[in-house]
Amino acid sequence: MSMNTDNIRPGDLEWTCCKCGGKLEPAPVVVEYLGNEFTAELPRCPRCGLVLISEELALGKMAEVEQILEDK
Amino acid sequence: MEQLDLRQWEARCIEEKQPWCIAACPLHVDGRALCAKAAAQDWAGAWQVLLRTMPLTAVLGRICDAPCRDQCKRGEVGDPIAIHLLERACVSHPRPRRKPAPVPNKPKSLAVVGSGLAGLTAAGDLLRKGYQVTLYEPGAALAQGLREHYAGQVPDQAWDEELELLNKLGLKVKAEAPVDDPGILDDLLDNHDGVFLSVDVLDPEAWPLERGEDGRPVTARPVQATAREGVFAGGLAWPEGFSPVWAAAQGRWGAASLDRLMQGVAPGMSRENDGPQETRLFTSLEGVESLPMVPAGPEGYGDEAAATEAARCLQCHCLECVKVCPYLENFGAYPKKYAREIYNNQSIVMGARQANKLINSCSLCGLCEAVCPEDFAMQDLCLATRQGMVAKGKMPPSAHEFALLDMRFSLGQEFRLAKHQPGHAASAYLFYPGCQLPASAPGQVRAVYEHLCASLPGGVGLMLACCGAPAYWGGQEAMLAEALAAWKEDWQALGSPPLIMACPSCVDVFRRHLPEVEQRFLWEVLAETGAPMQAPPAGALAMHDPCTTRHDKAAQQAVRGVVGKAGVELEELKLGRELTECCGYGGLMSTANPPLAREVITRRAGQSERDYLAYCAVCRDRLASVGKRALHALDLFFPPQGEDDPAARPNPGWSQRRENRARLKAGLLRDLWGEEAPAMEAHRQVKLIIPPEVAPLLEERRILIEDIQKVIFEAEAQGDKLCHPESGHFLASYQPYKAVFWVEYTPEGEGYRVHNAYAHRMQVKGRARP
Repeated sequence: MSMNTDNIRPGDLEWTCCKCGGKLEPAPVVVEYLGNEFTAELPRCPRCGLVLISEELALGKMAEVEQILEDK
Repeated sequence: MEQLDLRQWEARCIEEKQPWCIAACPLHVDGRALCAKAAAQDWAGAWQVLLRTMPLTAVLGRICDAPCRDQCKRGEVGDPIAIHLLERACVSHPRPRRKPAPVPNKPKSLAVVGSGLAGLTAAGDLLRKGYQVTLYEPGAALAQGLREHYAGQVPDQAWDEELELLNKLGLKVKAEAPVDDPGILDDLLDNHDGVFLSVDVLDPEAWPLERGEDGRPVTARPVQATAREGVFAGGLAWPEGFSPVWAAAQGRWGAASLDRLMQGVAPGMSRENDGPQETRLFTSLEGVESLPMVPAGPEGYGDEAAATEAARCLQCHCLECVKVCPYLENFGAYPKKYAREIYNNQSIVMGARQANKLINSCSLCGLCEAVCPEDFAMQDLCLATRQGMVAKGKMPPSAHEFALLDMRFSLGQEFRLAKHQPGHAASAYLFYPGCQLPASAPGQVRAVYEHLCASLPGGVGLMLACCGAPAYWGGQEAMLAEALAAWKEDWQALGSPPLIMACPSCVDVFRRHLPEVEQRFLWEVLAETGAPMQAPPAGALAMHDPCTTRHDKAAQQAVRGVVGKAGVELEELKLGRELTECCGYGGLMSTANPPLAREVITRRAGQSERDYLAYCAVCRDRLASVGKRALHALDLFFPPQGEDDPAARPNPGWSQRRENRARLKAGLLRDLWGEEAPAMEAHRQVKLIIPPEVAPLLEERRILIEDIQKVIFEAEAQGDKLCHPESGHFLASYQPYKAVFWVEYTPEGEGYRVHNAYAHRMQVKGRARP
């Protein structure tokens, strides 16, 4: 299961955190589904911790991994 | 499912049963496969088919007497396939070269006496099993008598070919053997471990063989034993007369008996597959055109004629269920295979459960059982498996969650209602429209209710809830029990009145799970109250029965009765009534496998040019969702307000279905009972602007307006949102239940414009704060 690389598109980092106005930066983030945890590199606000899951990631690789985990 | 259950399931599906030709042939030659190859003029392939089961192929292929023809299914619609002529056409082509299979070496010596079809077959079979075989031939050379007898049909070259093959396998020949010698059997048994007598060329009467009690030299087929231990014989004419195929088959069976004896296995054990047998296969002849046999010249068929004759073969299969069910077709096999896949799926300890989709996509409609000659009920198999998966915590959460949440909505405060008719303290009847009719046509529900109140004495109560069908279909037994208990409590609080049911699915669920509840179908009641037709259709309508009425003739008839009496002309679909098809919603197919559900309803919609008439709200809406003009039967008598053309009414969509239910309850409470509806939760006040290009996206992704309202409400309240400096859009997420929803939006006026929305199920841990 590879959720750890290629999750970030350049456009993703154009979003800013509304709370602090800071830019998102790639950071290792723990994601979990059905008791399985992975660390993935995702755009994240370094100060507030808000994480972006892009549409492309949610409907693409993430959906695939969810399906695999559901069938495990 | 235990292994025993699996066997029972597998045994019920007859698709893999032999076609009639294979079953009837003493040698089980695969006539169906031969025809397929011959029709394609694949003569090497045809040869391979024959080589699998037919001994002395170059010879027998020319003299086969085709006892299978009496059983050929094609014979019921024309002449039976001329399989003997096809075999002949095949072996007229050169034999394909193939590597000789490695032969094991067994240190046992066997004797075959006589080079008849039985003896030569036995010798060949035993040689291929690795035995040392000596053939004792009274004449100067092998098969002389047969060569002469079949001179007109079998060229010498074919004989030479077959005998050379035996030679290459190591056959030892003792020509001019004194086979009539009275002591021959003793001699043979002294020198060999077993003996086979080819009594098709020996004179069985003259032979010094001890007889069985019935006076016959051979006791019974297929063991082919004689009264003498270690001696087997074959090739006798059976009551049907002499037959080359039977003679060869007896040689094969005798060889098998010898092989068993040599290995210390009882020759008579488990021989039921040897020889002709009955088959349970079913092959429909519906729509099969009767065709005569292609005429043959004195030399048999040329290639073209053989191919044409072979193409008449029906290629017998059952597949009755697969023919009518896009779901069964979609997974590429048939129930016997599916039962195995489902069993394996359950038994898996590590690795992927590859049959989850198969198990969860079935609409549980029961059409397979209705068309199956053996009543294979895929729906029972899938439902029981789903229940097992739920119990073990192995049900994929995404499979049914959307429908189960919708059920929870119907059981919640926004929809649930149970009241006596205004001004009444008791209910003689209780109208129960189910959840999806209110979701589809709330105004109609109200109109029907008002009609019932006006027509029936003693008070007509009203109950709004969900029957628990989604939980039932999803295998969620605990959830179903809970839903039914809640339902029953409301019902009992109203004095347990008899029900007037508008939804066929509710009828089905209550019959199964609440048999104590007295229920009548709305259409039986309308037949008595006499609702007048308000909106006659423009022409005849094609009747679509919901799958939940498959075994409910009374319901089918009640609707037809009321509609027919109103003068509507009905066209019956080919698959109607007890053979009706599911709309793709049943069994939660549309939740677990949306593309398949769409294919199902698209196919259904294509069965008639006419507008469809449904009497299940979901069926109607699903037909509408693929652009099919469709009416709910209630549209004729209680036309939806503000609809000039009810058959063109679009499918309301997931969000609107909820909105309609909530509004129905609020409106009824206010107008009929003078009560205020419970206050809407704060997030429901969020005003949304959903552009037309976004709406279908939400529908496809099954994102509800309410989900979006929750995201924006939370984001605006907490400030947890992202913004895009260029576009000025906000992007925020919220997880109201197992799914995480993301919405891209901008404030506009008093509300918010939605640009995009998507969802996933994986959770980010510690998302909000570092």
